[in-house]
Amino acid sequence: MMSFIRLAIYTGKYVIPRRVDSVNFGGGGMNSYDESNSILKRLFSYAKPYRGFLIAALISSLISVTLSLLIPIYIGRAVDYIIGPDEVNFPGILDIIIYLAVFIGGSTIFQWLMSYSTNKITFLTIKDLRSQVFNKLNIVHFEEIDRTPHGNIINTMVNDVDIISDGLLQGFTQLFSGIMTILGTIGFMLSINLGIGIMVVVLTPLSLFVASFIARRTYRKFSEQTEIRGEMGGLIEELLGNQKLVKTFSYEDRALERFKEVNGRLHEVGVMAQFYSSLTNPSTRFVNGIVYAAVGILGAFSAISGRITIGQLTSFLSYANQYTKPFNEISGVITELQSALASAKRVFALIDLEPESSDEGLLSSVESDGRVKLTDVAFSYVKDKPLIEGLNINVKPGSRIAIVGPTGSGKTTVINLLMRFYDVDEGKIEVNGVDIKDMQRKALRSMYGMVLQETWLFEGTVRENIAYGKENFTEEEIVDAAKAAYAHSFIKRLPNGYETIITQDGGNLSQGQRQLLSIARVMLLKPPMLILDEATSNIDTRTEIRIQKAFSKLMKGRTSFVVAHRLSTIRESDAILVMDQGKIIEQGSHEELLRKEGFYHKLYHSQFSTNQS
Amino acid sequence: MLKLARYLKYFKKEVTIGPFFKFLEAVFELIVPLVMASIIDIGIKNRDETYVLQRGGIILLLGFMGLIFAIICQYSAARASQGFGTMVRNDLYKHINTLSHGELDSLGTDTLVTILTNDINQMQLAVAMLIRLVVRAPFLVIGAVVMSMILDLKLSLIFLIVAPLVSIVIYLIMKLSVPYYRVRQRMLDKVSRITRENLSGARVIRAFSKQEHEIRRFNEANNEVADIAINVGKISAFLNPATFTILNVAILAILWFGGIRVDVGSLTQGEVIAFVNYMTQISVALVVVANLVVIFTKASASARRINKVFETVSAVKEKDEDINSNEIAPLVSLDNISFAYPGSDEYAVEDIGLDINDGEVIGIIGGTGSGKTTLISLLPRFYDVDRGEIRIKGRPVSEYSFDGLRELFGIVPQKAVLFSGSVSDNLRFSKRDASIDEIKKAIEIAQAKDFVERLSDGYDSHISQGGRNLSGGQRQRLTIARALVRNPRILILDDSSSALDYATDARLREAISRNCEDTTVIMVSQRASAVKNADQIIVLEDGKMVGKGKHDELYKTCNIYREICDSQES
Repeated sequence: MMSFIRLAIYTGKYVIPRRVDSVNFGGGGMNSYDESNSILKRLFSYAKPYRGFLIAALISSLISVTLSLLIPIYIGRAVDYIIGPDEVNFPGILDIIIYLAVFIGGSTIFQWLMSYSTNKITFLTIKDLRSQVFNKLNIVHFEEIDRTPHGNIINTMVNDVDIISDGLLQGFTQLFSGIMTILGTIGFMLSINLGIGIMVVVLTPLSLFVASFIARRTYRKFSEQTEIRGEMGGLIEELLGNQKLVKTFSYEDRALERFKEVNGRLHEVGVMAQFYSSLTNPSTRFVNGIVYAAVGILGAFSAISGRITIGQLTSFLSYANQYTKPFNEISGVITELQSALASAKRVFALIDLEPESSDEGLLSSVESDGRVKLTDVAFSYVKDKPLIEGLNINVKPGSRIAIVGPTGSGKTTVINLLMRFYDVDEGKIEVNGVDIKDMQRKALRSMYGMVLQETWLFEGTVRENIAYGKENFTEEEIVDAAKAAYAHSFIKRLPNGYETIITQDGGNLSQGQRQLLSIARVMLLKPPMLILDEATSNIDTRTEIRIQKAFSKLMKGRTSFVVAHRLSTIRESDAILVMDQGKIIEQGSHEELLRKEGFYHKLYHSQFSTNQS
Repeated sequence: MLKLARYLKYFKKEVTIGPFFKFLEAVFELIVPLVMASIIDIGIKNRDETYVLQRGGIILLLGFMGLIFAIICQYSAARASQGFGTMVRNDLYKHINTLSHGELDSLGTDTLVTILTNDINQMQLAVAMLIRLVVRAPFLVIGAVVMSMILDLKLSLIFLIVAPLVSIVIYLIMKLSVPYYRVRQRMLDKVSRITRENLSGARVIRAFSKQEHEIRRFNEANNEVADIAINVGKISAFLNPATFTILNVAILAILWFGGIRVDVGSLTQGEVIAFVNYMTQISVALVVVANLVVIFTKASASARRINKVFETVSAVKEKDEDINSNEIAPLVSLDNISFAYPGSDEYAVEDIGLDINDGEVIGIIGGTGSGKTTLISLLPRFYDVDRGEIRIKGRPVSEYSFDGLRELFGIVPQKAVLFSGSVSDNLRFSKRDASIDEIKKAIEIAQAKDFVERLSDGYDSHISQGGRNLSGGQRQRLTIARALVRNPRILILDDSSSALDYATDARLREAISRNCEDTTVIMVSQRASAVKNADQIIVLEDGKMVGKGKHDELYKTCNIYREICDSQES
């Protein structure tokens, strides 16, 4: 008999009831028929390069199912040769055993082939899917990355793709084999004896009915359970994530009250959910028992009247014993299929994100003299909410431009536009007289060295992190860059110096040290222009002063844009742009602006008023 | 795992009834092939239709009784396992609440969350399986072997060979493939890490035009995942065919040797069929046993993690009884204290001596990593000092109950975190029964009145988890209000105005000094302007106190303080 053994280690869910994960984004859980169809089609188009394996899997499954279904018939025949004492036909049995050996051997080989091909097609396809998603993430419009919660994208990349592999690809061959097994069983039974066969077919809806009854109940309870689990997860994350705060305010007792309340509800639903779902196996066994008894009785009657042999009855009993099993499997696969479709939808939503315009045919390198000019630039993140309008800036080569203003005034947006993370809606930005839209992004961005307030380091050594922007470098260059960024002394104190691995959460470095490393990264590059977006706001002021000195050295002769919170750091700028609500409301040198007694004057004095009080 | 088993004693009834009924069901299941054999051997042979009907009825009845028994068992299992999980969760959470900051640091929040959810669920599953299958599956295997031995001892040899053989095959395949699964999980974690890095570093990656490099890096990991999965697939693909082959070859053996036994008259035709049936039952049961092994292996790992948390006890011990605190001056007194974080051999703060009087304003200033935050987290006893002593109102902090000690403090942490719930809920986090007037007052002092009243539902406006629907400055002002609403004796502001513009910051400080005259304020800051007017300024550098005094005095005598001021003055 053909049976699918699914070990928990492989599937993680053999004895664990299947559960449909609730859909977080990308539309509702249930897909319309057409939509499911097109998702399926598209998914199989990804499997196309490997369709050889798909065909192999389906053919193998067909052959192994057929061969394995022949086995009970031949066993039955053998039984007919074993009637009683001195009534055993050994040559006959031997013949049958030879046949059976061939069937068993054949079925075994094709079962293996089926598993192998399915695996291969599955993992190659999902590899392609993941790689497509990742490629898209690197060329997608920047706003998608700013807008979409990163956790969702990672979840889609890892879990959704895995669900697709389980549900759609492996499920597909399983579904196919399951249906083949059912059809084959019915066919063989009908061919042995029409009457008994028909009876089994008539009893079939019973198992379908039971299965769907339990599935519906279970599904309802499970979705309730999923919801409460989610609630509990949120509570745990919020409270445990801020456990120190909980202790600070002696909130422990109230936290426990809340936890117990949710836990109590989870218990109530959990008992019922688990109970219903655990009914599947006993109920199926019971339905199986009914079919088995019915086949036994009817078969025995037929045998008495001589319409079938005892061997044929044996074959029937074997079929009846395993008959309902594929139904269970199919209902499981269908549940998985549904959640896989929902996952596929999310994966495709990512793959379908609008990419940035192509760089093809644009200038691959531009000579930079440090001249930057913004003409009548308009930009907004949200269509109806204009942010920047009519922005004009003319930056002379080698000058230092400071951008100041209250939060939300559009300082960082200007940086986003300069680097072409976002494209201007109107107007143009030129570097050295060339519209930045006419040059490749790589060419534009290589002219800037950028340090942001939020540091970004990846898991790797300190050296790798410093050398991130450059392909070839000498040891000396790295150390020089680190020294220039005042990072050398603390790096030397790290357990493995420059070879120290930076952990993902950066737990082994302070915020300030992380910032120094990202500054060293830019120091190594010595780019023609600089962008410092609140680059030193996480660093204490004494260190900052030293870094400012390093920056000053670096900025000498280079055009630089400095966004700063602390006005003290920008007084020596050649020009200060004061922004408010997306517009430049004042511009000039520090002294000029102070003399004006306008917005900057107010801003400046608000920062230092307390020093004079 | 045994340690957690004590929770099962609350479910004695379920734990006994469940397996017992499951056992009965299995017994019934094993009887069925025998009944069928008698139908064939007696009913058909004698052409006795009544006998066939009777026996058929017995099979139905056995099935029905089996269903009832199974339902009883499944219900017991559901009650016991869910009850078990719920109790362990409650107790574990309660226990976590007793841990001090030191243990929280070393266990890690993420780990605790995982243990509280996944690991307990894993244990819960194991309990359910314990009741449902641990009796059933092995019993079916053994029972089938025994039954076959009763039918025919010689022929049952086949079972004695097959049962271990299938077990060995399953075990081998698992043993070969499990390590691959671990590797695959690790690689998958790498894929997810690279994706996370790619997203969080999108600006830097694009600024350096390193997209291709990132894609290469990703593809390497991605390919590895696929390679491993395909390799392990080759191994695990043997599982079904191998068990299938053994099972069916065994059936061939039954046919052949069974034929011989029938030929000599020691076995009947029906009994051969029963043998075939038992063989099928055994194979199904063995797979279940293999699954049980997997589930219990996972569960014992989970149990270890759960027990580790249970075994972690707080190093900061709470005094059972509250002392009657006298008002002995000074309010707070640090007596040459030193403290190193657990696991570190370097003092985070060292040799600090300081007296704080009622109503004073204390400024603590120093660079990042100089020990400012560490110092203040010692006052409410989040950690215990290693040397020296902290006294409050003349009594060592260790003599207070946690609640008694901590209610003296209102702390505004560096990171402005709010909880999901309304604005008022968030303030009541620190004082359960705060009246609306108290809330309004605190919000006004914290300079948050304007924006709170402008929110759609005012004080009832919903705040999402972490306070993400508010700006950094707004969040920070609400955390200040939260600390103020409990009207603390000692207000600690840990660099908590960094997101405020200078004007608001100044107004805030002014409002606090006006409204909280009796409150002792400890202000931690990097800004010299914030601490300048304090009654005492403490200057920290690398965990040591390098200056103590008033601004003018320190400016003259303390180099580091002067440097800090100069770097900020213009």
